[in-house]
Amino acid sequence: MEPITHIRSRTVVLPSDNIDTDQIIPARFLTTTTREGLGAALFADWRYGPDGAPRSDFVLNRPEARGCAILVAGRNIGCGSSREHAPWALLDHGFRAVISTEIADIFRSNSLKNGLLPVVVDEATHRWLVANPGAEVEVDLPSATVRLPDGRAVPYPIESFARYCLMNGVDELGYLLSQADAIDAYERRLA
Amino acid sequence: MTAKTLFEKVWERHVVVPETTETPAVLYIDLHLTHEVTSPQAFSVLRERGLKVRRPDRTLVTMDHSTPTDTAQVFGGAPIALESAARQIRQLETNCQEFGLELIGLRDGRRGIVHIIGPESGATQPGKTIVCGDSHTSTHGAFGALAFGIGTTEVGYVLATQCLLQRKPRTLAIEVDGRLAAGVSAKDLVLAIIGRIGVNGGTGHVIEYRGSAIEALSMDGRMTVCNMSIEAGARAGMVAPDDTTFTYLQGRPRVPQGEAWQRAVADWRGLTSDPGAAFDRTVSLDAAAVEPMITYGTNPGMVAPVSGRVPERPGDAVFARSLEYMGLAPGERLSDRAVQVVFVGSCTNARLSDLEVAARVLAGRRIAPGVRMLVVPGSQQIKRQAEELGYARVFIEAGAEWRESGCSMCLGMNGDTVPPGHYCLSTSNRNFEGRQGAGARTLLASPATAAASAVRGRVTDPREFLS
Repeated sequence: MEPITHIRSRTVVLPSDNIDTDQIIPARFLTTTTREGLGAALFADWRYGPDGAPRSDFVLNRPEARGCAILVAGRNIGCGSSREHAPWALLDHGFRAVISTEIADIFRSNSLKNGLLPVVVDEATHRWLVANPGAEVEVDLPSATVRLPDGRAVPYPIESFARYCLMNGVDELGYLLSQADAIDAYERRLA
Repeated sequence: MTAKTLFEKVWERHVVVPETTETPAVLYIDLHLTHEVTSPQAFSVLRERGLKVRRPDRTLVTMDHSTPTDTAQVFGGAPIALESAARQIRQLETNCQEFGLELIGLRDGRRGIVHIIGPESGATQPGKTIVCGDSHTSTHGAFGALAFGIGTTEVGYVLATQCLLQRKPRTLAIEVDGRLAAGVSAKDLVLAIIGRIGVNGGTGHVIEYRGSAIEALSMDGRMTVCNMSIEAGARAGMVAPDDTTFTYLQGRPRVPQGEAWQRAVADWRGLTSDPGAAFDRTVSLDAAAVEPMITYGTNPGMVAPVSGRVPERPGDAVFARSLEYMGLAPGERLSDRAVQVVFVGSCTNARLSDLEVAARVLAGRRIAPGVRMLVVPGSQQIKRQAEELGYARVFIEAGAEWRESGCSMCLGMNGDTVPPGHYCLSTSNRNFEGRQGAGARTLLASPATAAASAVRGRVTDPREFLS
């Protein structure tokens, strides 16, 4: 993984609460055996009509959404299924961060492991972001803050080890493998 | 000694390396359940890094999500209709061969939905840590295990190291006292709980269900309740093991036998929350007040009594959009709604007792004209039992389709889908937009409500059929 320090981009806003992972990527796209190319299926049932043509009224299909790397979503985004295809699809489409007031547990964990930053902000900041789609904001990882256009830096929580991994472009597997002696000892106690 | 919760006891037994401010705990996983949909990319990572599966003996592999339920495709030599599903199934066979894992394959008599065969085989036991690349892993918490869903990256971690990195979650006690009324099931109870705390009410928490109404539930009922913990946002749900648990497990193929069984039970009896143990939050419910429940919206928290009406929430645009998708109006009576499809199945409600109650409602009756009813047993073993007990005959004579086991119409990955705009009364766990097929409208309810509604062709309170 590439190390991440900050993401600066205009935002796309999907204000609905409880955007579940079945919306992010419907189950019929999960028969894949790779993680590539899932961006085309992102929000498929909201993005395309029954004939497969893009719906012009869906925000991701608008010209101003092109190149946006930050998704602002309503409360509890990522609820439902544990499918990691959800962050894979968001990343493949070009998103690098998701901002909400609350992010579902498994989706947050899956996002962190793939370099998609899950960013939980306070209600007031979220209201401002929802009211100002297309705002240029910066998600900073070393300081764990979101910088708004007026210069305010809003803190967000991030688990310390996940942040270390993201900033250094390493995954947790290397760390887990390095714990082999402790795992061996634990298994000997079990036996 | 400080009083501990059930969760804390199970957690502490599995800490390989304690958490610090810099690093999460290294948590040992006793049982890893694996299936075809969320594992292929994890095996790819193992291959890329030259890693082996650390503990094949702690890895139980099967296929359930994308498998056909049509007997001709499973056993009759007919090709699997969905080529991408067939490819995924072949990939799992290849991966198991390459990594030396036993696979409970498509035609294996022990196959079934992963969350049904874990308990059925006795692999699921009190005090274990259990994970699977599937959010409904919470089901296994019914046995007093700490069981939660993980993503594919973590599937790879567990395959390679048998461990995960975890921060300790908070605890939520859900106390349910009183008795469920006749005709009211565990499914109605858990829908009422989600309606009460909301679809994010459990986020960041492990739930312990407790109280006299929980103790009175069968293991099947406890599994239904724990299964839907994730629909309240919780990673896991747990019930303290007791004699009901031990009676269920005794003699199953994967549990200890003889003296080892006695020792195991003695240990398991200690897996209860100590008197005075502190939970981060507590919510209380009266079981006697729960009625047969049904969802009317596009998340499981949008739920009302079958005898009730769609609520009115003027000015709530998200609520209005959800009702628009569902084709329902605020204030509308739920019991008048015509249904075109009825699905009895899924890891929530496809166990033998679920089929038994559906058969009791359907015995000597036929489903309404124009209704398609699919009954999909949770495992091949349940299928055989239901055939021996005559339930299958009841379903077939009522005009329902009797299928091979699998996840089927819960998420429609295998081609068992609901047509756009059709209402499906489903015993599964999610009523998300498009969950059962693009444009499908899902109404979640109990097996009894599903069967009663199939007979009438519209949403029906099952109590009139069960008295």
